[in-house]
Amino acid sequence: MSAAPDALSPAKTGARRRALAPSKGRRPWTFYVLAAIFTFYVVALYGPMFCIYVLSFQDLRGGLVFPMKGLSLHWFVDLFTQARTGDVAGAFDRSIKLAILVTVITVVVSLMSALAFRRRFPGDTIVFALMIGSLVAPGLVLGIGVGLMFNALGLPTTWWGSALGAQLSWTLPFGVLVMFAVMSRFDSAWEEAARDLGASRWQTLRLVIVPVLAPGLVAVALFGFTLSYDEFARTLQTAGPQNTLPLEIWSMTLNVTSPALYALGTVTTIISFLIIGASLGAIVWIQKRRGRRASST
Amino acid sequence: MRLNKSVVSWLYILPLVLVLVPFFVAPMLVVLVASVFNTDGFGGLIPTFTLDNYIGVLTSGLTFKLYFETIRFTALVWVFTLILGFLVAYFLVFHVRNQLLAIGLFLLCTVPFWTSNIIRMISWIPLLGKEGLINSALLKLGLIHEPLTFLLYSSFAVVVAYVHQLTIFMVVPIFNSMARIDKRVVEAAVDAGASRLDVMRLIVIPLSKSGVALGSIFVVAIVMGDFFVTKVMSGGGSASVVGAFYEDIGVLQYPTAAASAVILTAMLMLSVALILRTVDIRREITQ
Repeated sequence: MSAAPDALSPAKTGARRRALAPSKGRRPWTFYVLAAIFTFYVVALYGPMFCIYVLSFQDLRGGLVFPMKGLSLHWFVDLFTQARTGDVAGAFDRSIKLAILVTVITVVVSLMSALAFRRRFPGDTIVFALMIGSLVAPGLVLGIGVGLMFNALGLPTTWWGSALGAQLSWTLPFGVLVMFAVMSRFDSAWEEAARDLGASRWQTLRLVIVPVLAPGLVAVALFGFTLSYDEFARTLQTAGPQNTLPLEIWSMTLNVTSPALYALGTVTTIISFLIIGASLGAIVWIQKRRGRRASST
Repeated sequence: MRLNKSVVSWLYILPLVLVLVPFFVAPMLVVLVASVFNTDGFGGLIPTFTLDNYIGVLTSGLTFKLYFETIRFTALVWVFTLILGFLVAYFLVFHVRNQLLAIGLFLLCTVPFWTSNIIRMISWIPLLGKEGLINSALLKLGLIHEPLTFLLYSSFAVVVAYVHQLTIFMVVPIFNSMARIDKRVVEAAVDAGASRLDVMRLIVIPLSKSGVALGSIFVVAIVMGDFFVTKVMSGGGSASVVGAFYEDIGVLQYPTAAASAVILTAMLMLSVALILRTVDIRREITQ
């Protein structure tokens, strides 16, 4: 396709002008309207979050609304020292440990499930339906079910037992869906070539499938970690006597009317941003290294 | 050793099943069973078979009010997230010419999804409150003389908080299905004399249907199954179905809560099944 004849033909330029979003030349008026909507969306997405980060740096006189009163780290210190706000440090510790457990299990199980779903097998539609059901089930209902079940079995509810299971029932379907999207770009010819060259099933997985899918696996890990780290509804009735961080935040939204609440928001968001940055950085790094290897050979 | 192909597939899928059976199937059955039990009033369950809990839930006028409220919020949030999500995805796919920039802007939209929902919800308080940013700005401009009270702790605030949290669930699947539309199809239509409206109506909308369906499932399921946004952002003015049975649990009324949960879950599954009828989700996402 060359551009020159297009430009010469008046009928074509008319058509170009009518095109939905011409790939070059003057932009239609819809572009400006949609760009404005997009900008509004992004501002509304980030604006409120930045408000609470700013407000968490007030001093002792600070309240829940603007204007800022002073500038200090008072509420961050308050957060970790005051008994009134509960066991924030412990909740942090538990939430991160739980999120790491969930991440590891989610990555391994999602990969295996996505490999299985590439072929049809007896009962596959049932497993798929269960997965979608688990994804859309109301979190609190599921949490109550797990709680009642543990009671009936005489088992105590704990964050590393019942809450882990309840969270997995939500992160795994999510992880498998993300793996589906990743797998759609996976060429099974590579796998077959490995097998033809005499690689065992385990070698094929370790040396071909996992390296090829690595960026996608990092994405699944990001989903696993953040969905667990912020999970609330399923954990509420299953965490047992020791709270996780979102449960701590939840009880603070109901009782605490000081910027300590915002300080906790700032701290937990910093952790989220670190995780997101590390994951996206890892994906870019893998792709770059791959690009270098491809160009050097 | 050569294993049968089905056996291999089952070995791969087994871990998933080993999580879903004890932590999805079994708890749902427990809730179903609890809904026909009696309570001793102290949190204990008496195994019987009674439909009193369902009769109690279904004959209470409050139930219908709760369902009406929940469905109203679901519908409002669905409409707003759909419109906003569609426009955002459309802008990114069809109007941003630099592919790298489009991916960058797409990531910019997804980052807040990976942060805490509760924090994102309460972050509206300093903006919408009586002394919040919006009210003080409007007062300063002289547009209003008294602070607007409908902004926070109202239905408006509930819808704003939900749309803020859930639009991303529309953007991502719609973006995916739009990105798969072959640009040559659009060009061919334009060359054949289609107007911009025709292209939108006959190509873009039909081909993004699967994305819309997938996004709708997420939004409907989350709003119907949620309670804390309604509870906090309405300031107690509105209640939701899940909020009501959370309160039942607070006073140890497990069977009533369970009956209400079964009805809600049935309605939710019905809505999802209706959406799934319009599109073969598995084919769409595995391709």
